[in-house]
Amino acid sequence: MSNELQPIKDPGLPAHVHRKTDTDPKAAARAERQVATMFGISALGTLLLIFSYIFVPDDLFIFIPIMGSQNAHQLGLGLGMAIALFFIGIGAIHWAKTLMPDQEVVMQRHEFRSSDEDRAAFVATVKEGAAGAGLGRRSLIKRSLGAALGLSALTPVLLLRDLGPLPGPEQKTTNWKAGTYLVSDPSNRRIKASDLEVGSVAQVLPEFEDPKERHLDDIAKDALLLIRLRPSEFNLEPDRLAMTHEGIIAFSKICSHMGCAVALYEQTTKHLLCPCHQSTFDVTRAAKVIFGPAARPLPQLDITVDAEGYLIARKPFSEPVGPSFWGREK
Amino acid sequence: MTAEAKLGQVANYVDERVGAAGFLRKSLKKVFPDHWSFLLGEIVLYSFVILLLSGTFLTFWYDPSMREVVYEGSYQPLEGVKMSAAYASSLHISFEVRGGLLMRQIHHWAALIFMAAMVAHLLRIFFTGAFRKPREGNWIIGVGLLTLGIVEGFLGYSLPDDLLSGTGIRIAEAIIQALPVVGSYISYFAFGGVFPGELFIPRIYIVHVLLLPGAFLALITVHLMLVWYQKHTQYPGPGRTEKNVVGYQLMPMYMAKAGGFFFVVFGVTAFLGAVASINPIWLYGPYTPAQVSAGSQPDWYMGWLDGLVRMAPPIETYFFGYTISWNILIPGLIIPGILFTGMALYPFIESWITGDKREHHLLDRPRNAPNRTALGAMSLTFMVVALINGGNDLIATHFDLSINQIMWGTRFAIFILPPLAFVITKRLCLSLQRADRELVLHGRETGRLIMLPHGEFVEVHEPISPEQAFILTSHEQLPALDLPEIDARGVKRAGALKNKLRARMSKSHAESIPKVTTEELKAIEHH
Repeated sequence: MSNELQPIKDPGLPAHVHRKTDTDPKAAARAERQVATMFGISALGTLLLIFSYIFVPDDLFIFIPIMGSQNAHQLGLGLGMAIALFFIGIGAIHWAKTLMPDQEVVMQRHEFRSSDEDRAAFVATVKEGAAGAGLGRRSLIKRSLGAALGLSALTPVLLLRDLGPLPGPEQKTTNWKAGTYLVSDPSNRRIKASDLEVGSVAQVLPEFEDPKERHLDDIAKDALLLIRLRPSEFNLEPDRLAMTHEGIIAFSKICSHMGCAVALYEQTTKHLLCPCHQSTFDVTRAAKVIFGPAARPLPQLDITVDAEGYLIARKPFSEPVGPSFWGREK
Repeated sequence: MTAEAKLGQVANYVDERVGAAGFLRKSLKKVFPDHWSFLLGEIVLYSFVILLLSGTFLTFWYDPSMREVVYEGSYQPLEGVKMSAAYASSLHISFEVRGGLLMRQIHHWAALIFMAAMVAHLLRIFFTGAFRKPREGNWIIGVGLLTLGIVEGFLGYSLPDDLLSGTGIRIAEAIIQALPVVGSYISYFAFGGVFPGELFIPRIYIVHVLLLPGAFLALITVHLMLVWYQKHTQYPGPGRTEKNVVGYQLMPMYMAKAGGFFFVVFGVTAFLGAVASINPIWLYGPYTPAQVSAGSQPDWYMGWLDGLVRMAPPIETYFFGYTISWNILIPGLIIPGILFTGMALYPFIESWITGDKREHHLLDRPRNAPNRTALGAMSLTFMVVALINGGNDLIATHFDLSINQIMWGTRFAIFILPPLAFVITKRLCLSLQRADRELVLHGRETGRLIMLPHGEFVEVHEPISPEQAFILTSHEQLPALDLPEIDARGVKRAGALKNKLRARMSKSHAESIPKVTTEELKAIEHH
């Protein structure tokens, strides 16, 4: 407290009030029975757990009001464990609250600051030690040690160098090349432009000679959304319109914001929505961002058809797909 | 032999070997103040123990590998599906290991409780001023633990390698990539090449089960040793001073209560694990970068961060062929950085404002520190608005609103509501101080009306107990710092702007309703 006056004097610790169990042996005996009962219930919980583990098949489902159909094995294990633990806990607390001495005790605090003599002696010891090492005088040792320690800190940094390769061209390119066939995912079949109905949407990947060679790394940058509208529904610049084929337009499915899959397509508004952060792209305007935190439209892939009418890429993507990074040129 | 005699033998055995009788005796008699709000920190500790136990169980079957396998387990809908060994082993734990699903759910629930209790504990420390000297260091350790907890939780729910968790990792990778200059390098080093690669699961696994738990153990140990050594703070009350601690001794009362409470926390967590399904990974399917489920949500302690990212304006800048993603950097790194640094430094900021360098062991009632309480309410409001936006898709579908409305609402609210919360909270605190003053001077309203001889009706007031009156008047009210621009010798101080700022903040901090004085009490008595 400050030196400021206390307008009301500290009445001191309130007098200790005895509990019923302190004065009435009957109440104490009752409390003891209650504690023992709780520990007994805990033991029953463990028995329930053991019974469920051994005898209740893990494919048995039972109906429980409110909760609905529940796996009996899992529920028995869990409830058994919960009962076993919980009742040990409240048993112990009840024991403490009713039967253990509940007299509050006062302990003194001491200021953490040491006495002035101790502090002075400590400073003297440190000075003495430092003088013995001669750090103040021998500046050559001090500087060379500093340099050596600083340099040695490079070791862990250097040793971590092989955690991964340096960023390479694969960061900016995809497997889409001029003439790559679009195949459906997951059935891996080429797509005939005429098979796509107006209003339909499909997830597409580039054709691999051996689909087993396709790794998640490839999908993470190659995934494409194919959407077919009526050509009249587009509102595109001529160069963008030229990248579509009879109303079929292809965008990278990897969000230009943080790389989630732009998985939601709204038929009526022709909007694409990323479920992660709600960036919204307008399909009719070349995936222009109309809402949310994404700063760039989804990259559009230039597509056309081969002689038999199967969809192919006319050119690779003209920009890196996915989220922005430092070295990504605009 | 009686139980007491046996215990005595053990004590003798220990002391003859380490000579610890004096220390142990003192420790067993150590006094701990009792209050429900002191249990919040205990819940954090106990959840941590539960996490260690249940987590160790899970490691016996979990396979931290991204090797591609074909699922052949007992969960029919995914039969024959290609997935990582990590996901397959998580399914194995959920469906074939008896008690495995229970342990997974206990582990996840314990993590949520761990974080929630940590936040509640932090709020208790903040609002009661328990961070003041000599406990500033322990406050910083606490902020460090909170930060690590967020990272540890995120890594943990990324390990099953299901569709939801992989999406979270993808977002983390985008945040790393957004770092100017070094982003791509760090991302390539972390993932061993392009995203997702085949290395991140084993790497985050070892961080999740060894590095961070090790750091937790070390920090929690220091945290508790400091609490032990510095002794617990206590709420003001009759008989309690800055110089003493009033409470129960460790042995037996506190031990039994705290030990029992551990089992209660474990039991409640087990109950949640038994009846409340959490993170049903089998419904999400294995991770593939080309898919995502609608309503993708991080765990709640990441939700505010996600909410900030969602509401960020779509700004990127380009110069000399380089890109800076402000839409990721500001909400993902800059704002959290400012918030957590400010939080860690708050004890020093407040002591700079008040000029108070003394030790404090008696806690403040939040109303008696209106500025601090208002600041806390402001920060909390900021977080809640961000968190609401983090769940905007769920709120939109549940309450039939449009995401765009919620997003625009929170974009404005994040600027308007926190300052509003500050003003309202401060006024509330001052009003509560006024009510305290009224209570001490005129007593408590009894609800009994009496008619005076001349016909006037008055309500009978009853004086409050001396104990209560003491609690309401024992806090100190420090005056604002006197920091004139021109000092006593007529010289203008250096750093005038800093000085002016400090003077203004100090004045605002000291704003209060004068508490009852002795003269006022005397005047009332003479009435």
